[in-house]
Amino acid sequence: MKIGTPKEVFEGERRVAMTPDSALQLQKLGHECLIESGAGEASGFNDEAYAEAGVDVVKTAAALWKAADVVAKVRAPDASEMKRLGEGQTLISFFSPVADEEKMKAAATKGATVVAMEMIPRISRAQKMDALSSMANIAGYRAVIEAGNNFGRFFTGQITAAGKVPPAKVLVVGAGVAGLAAIGTSTALGAITLAFDVRPEVAEQVESMGAQFVYLDFEEEQQDGAVTGGYASVSSPEFREAQLAKFRELAPEVDIVITTALIPNREAPEIWTADMVAAMKPGSVIVDLAAEKGGNCKQTVMDEKIVTENGVTIIGYTDFPSRMGAQASTLYATNIRHLMTDLTPAKDGVIVHNMEDDVIRGATIAHASEVTFPPPPPKVNAIAQQKNKPAPVKELTAEEKRAKELAAFKAQTKNQVILLGVGGILLLGVGLVAPASFMQHFIVFVLSVFIGFQVIWGVAHSLHTPLMAITNAISSIIILGALMQIGSGSVLVVLLAALSVFMCGINIFGGFLVTRRMLAMFQKS
Amino acid sequence: MDFGFTTAAYVVAAILFILSLGGLSGQESAKRAVWYGIVGMALAVAATLIGPGAGYWPLSILLIAGGGAIGYQLATKVQMTQMPELVAAMHSLVGLAAVFVGLIAHFEIGRVMAMVAAGESTADLGTFAALIAKKDIVEINILRVELFLGVFIGAVTFTGSVIAYGKLAGKVSSAAEKLPGGHVLNIGAAAISLITLVWYFNTGGFVPLFLMMLAALFIGYHLIMGIGGADMPVVVSMLNSYSGWAAAAIGFSLGNDLLIVVGALVGSSGAILSYIMCKAMNRSFVSVILGGFGGPAGEQMAVEGEQIAIEADGVAAALNEADSVIIIPGYGMAVAQAQTGVAELVRKLRAKGKNVRFAIHPVAGRLPGHMNVLLAEAKVPYDIVMEMDEINDDFPNTDVAIVIGSNDIVNPAAQDDPNSPIAGMPVLECWKAKQVFVSKRGQGTGYSGIENPLFFKENTRMFYGDAKASLDKLLPMID
Repeated sequence: MKIGTPKEVFEGERRVAMTPDSALQLQKLGHECLIESGAGEASGFNDEAYAEAGVDVVKTAAALWKAADVVAKVRAPDASEMKRLGEGQTLISFFSPVADEEKMKAAATKGATVVAMEMIPRISRAQKMDALSSMANIAGYRAVIEAGNNFGRFFTGQITAAGKVPPAKVLVVGAGVAGLAAIGTSTALGAITLAFDVRPEVAEQVESMGAQFVYLDFEEEQQDGAVTGGYASVSSPEFREAQLAKFRELAPEVDIVITTALIPNREAPEIWTADMVAAMKPGSVIVDLAAEKGGNCKQTVMDEKIVTENGVTIIGYTDFPSRMGAQASTLYATNIRHLMTDLTPAKDGVIVHNMEDDVIRGATIAHASEVTFPPPPPKVNAIAQQKNKPAPVKELTAEEKRAKELAAFKAQTKNQVILLGVGGILLLGVGLVAPASFMQHFIVFVLSVFIGFQVIWGVAHSLHTPLMAITNAISSIIILGALMQIGSGSVLVVLLAALSVFMCGINIFGGFLVTRRMLAMFQKS
Repeated sequence: MDFGFTTAAYVVAAILFILSLGGLSGQESAKRAVWYGIVGMALAVAATLIGPGAGYWPLSILLIAGGGAIGYQLATKVQMTQMPELVAAMHSLVGLAAVFVGLIAHFEIGRVMAMVAAGESTADLGTFAALIAKKDIVEINILRVELFLGVFIGAVTFTGSVIAYGKLAGKVSSAAEKLPGGHVLNIGAAAISLITLVWYFNTGGFVPLFLMMLAALFIGYHLIMGIGGADMPVVVSMLNSYSGWAAAAIGFSLGNDLLIVVGALVGSSGAILSYIMCKAMNRSFVSVILGGFGGPAGEQMAVEGEQIAIEADGVAAALNEADSVIIIPGYGMAVAQAQTGVAELVRKLRAKGKNVRFAIHPVAGRLPGHMNVLLAEAKVPYDIVMEMDEINDDFPNTDVAIVIGSNDIVNPAAQDDPNSPIAGMPVLECWKAKQVFVSKRGQGTGYSGIENPLFFKENTRMFYGDAKASLDKLLPMID
């Protein structure tokens, strides 16, 4: 199959869906690669580099669309590109089935197949093709860099000959992929980083990145993130109030706020209100990564940088990944390449569009002249269902504790008394029947078992093998029985006794020596 | 010689044996404890030879010395990885000896009874024979039951241990196998034993005793054949327990208190070990004995994802960066003889100031405490070798967990999947570490054939290859 990548037509888009590296990998799958001349220019990949990687450089977009069986690009196609999309052709790109519904229907009518990168299900097998995550990662990183660019101070605190510099305080709201990337970058630059998310289960991830999680004084049964595929959902008004109150408290302290709060298929929630902006120090920076969906801060202007009256910079760019064209292209091209690997199971250049496969089915929104959106729910949950968390153990008061201990003690006593009673009665029963000579030995036996139980519980776990070896050695005590009778008259008895003595001899020496050998090996550091 | 002296020696020996077992509570006191055991045994044997031992002194000593020479050879030659086989083989010897001594007692009873009946003098008989001569008929009958029991348990121990040895040494297939008929055969054999007991009780003839012996030998064979390799720790400690009870039963029939005391000590020790092992696997003792895993209660969770392989350089890079490392060894490490490589790796990492520890699951390996012994052999200091309960909470704060040749004991399905055959078994929660490396020969499932979701987790990387070869590749890359 021929895989072609045209130059992005969207104004200012620097990314490209194929890099020389990814082209080499695609060719290994048996595909031929085409690229429109100049497509990689903005990301730093020139035509020569592509030609060197064996990619056919095509002069015009029209020629490329005509020649390619599969067109891989970044942005959803515009009107002119939609016209070029032909029957039987496969288009792989970002393609929102909700916002671009008309285009989706048009593509289906034409008989083209559309694979939308944002529809790749969030299951672990599909992570390598999850372009949303790889782009969000870049956005998070770039958000911190943009903030730093507009922030007049250091991130890290320093004590220099020229005076002391306090560290910057960064608040990241929303700990998704972008949020976590922002946290990582910010802590790496040395800032004090705080982070918040409505899903308390991500606190651990936040802390693992080196930031402090902002906890709310609020108790509510949180929805299990697994149900929504790991995305946040709408929270209750009470929860929202508690959250805003916490942010109001933090607003005067923080220097940089990065908001990444998005709920799938909804307008971005307002989490950084006007009064919080007003409370911030002059020179502070807000980076609103949700600007495309209306912004987490209502003052955000999409694709622009504004400065408020009190000197707070609000950045509403939406093209963070594109601003890092080379990096974004490399990652996106790799995502595409992994997707193609799944679409070419035999690695023979033949695309098998397996609609039974969860990942391929989920991402395909138009196929065989039909709109195939929305997909059926995937067979596997993205994240394992959380087990019901155990109810928090209540701190017992001293009295309750004492009462509990007393009850436990009583139960234990009762248990022991019953056991002793039953044991005693059994013993008495045996004593009634058995002759005295038997009872004499029986007492010894019962006591020995008792001692054995008491002693063995104390043996260290690590010494269980030596314990087996030593008990094995001393169980050869049965040699006594043989020794006592070896002198008996009958030849058969002597023979059996001799054999027993011999075997026990092996055991005694073998057992003790092995035990000693093992124990000698244990040493302290 | 005076009988009082022998009894006194027996008391001292019994106390020494108790101290010997009790001393195993710590590594340091254990070294002393072995000597208690040795002295106790020497004292008991010497006292018996001097006291009630009936002649043939030189022969006895020669036989003990001969056996001792073989024992010495075995003990010094054996590889530490073969320890489970050795222990099982030794149990079979105790079992066989118990059978023989029981048979001897049977013949002696017959002989003495005949002499008493014929009105001959019993004055110059051996100690045991003299004892029998004094007994009345009820006591003789009890004696018969006791020696019958001794022979029964001894015979079960003998064949059971031989099969356990075969399975551990790889000479017998380690899978759970049963003859057609399954447990019905065992029950049948047990019923035969019961019938022969009544028969023997009434007649005192050799035939019922012999028949029972055959039945018991069959039970031992068939019972252990039906138990899978993963349950071996329980089997070995159970056989250990049996050999003790056999000794105690023989002690009853011979009227020898030291035999009873030691038999009871060994028996209860084995029983407790079996209990601990069963608890560690969250299985009841009965279900282990009845063999094999029960069928899963429902559909097991499908495992989603893929196993991602990694090469030695990736592992080395992660280890070089890590501050804390936990290593989880299993039977695979023993098979590959990789313990010295592991120890070397630990030495290198510790020399760089990293916190390296071992996490040992109670049923890792094929013998209780198997891993501890192997690591000790490789000179790993025992204070960094931790039990499951001590270390399980530390995994979330650990950078790298390395799983070497273990499978079921690190299977998260035990906690997550109620339908898993091992559901509820306590496991080492290594997947909570930031990164997990699994050294494993191939993609197959483990001993129990249960799919392990750990291998599919995002933070897990599979380091395929023989454990020893993998470590040899890895070691030069740690700097």
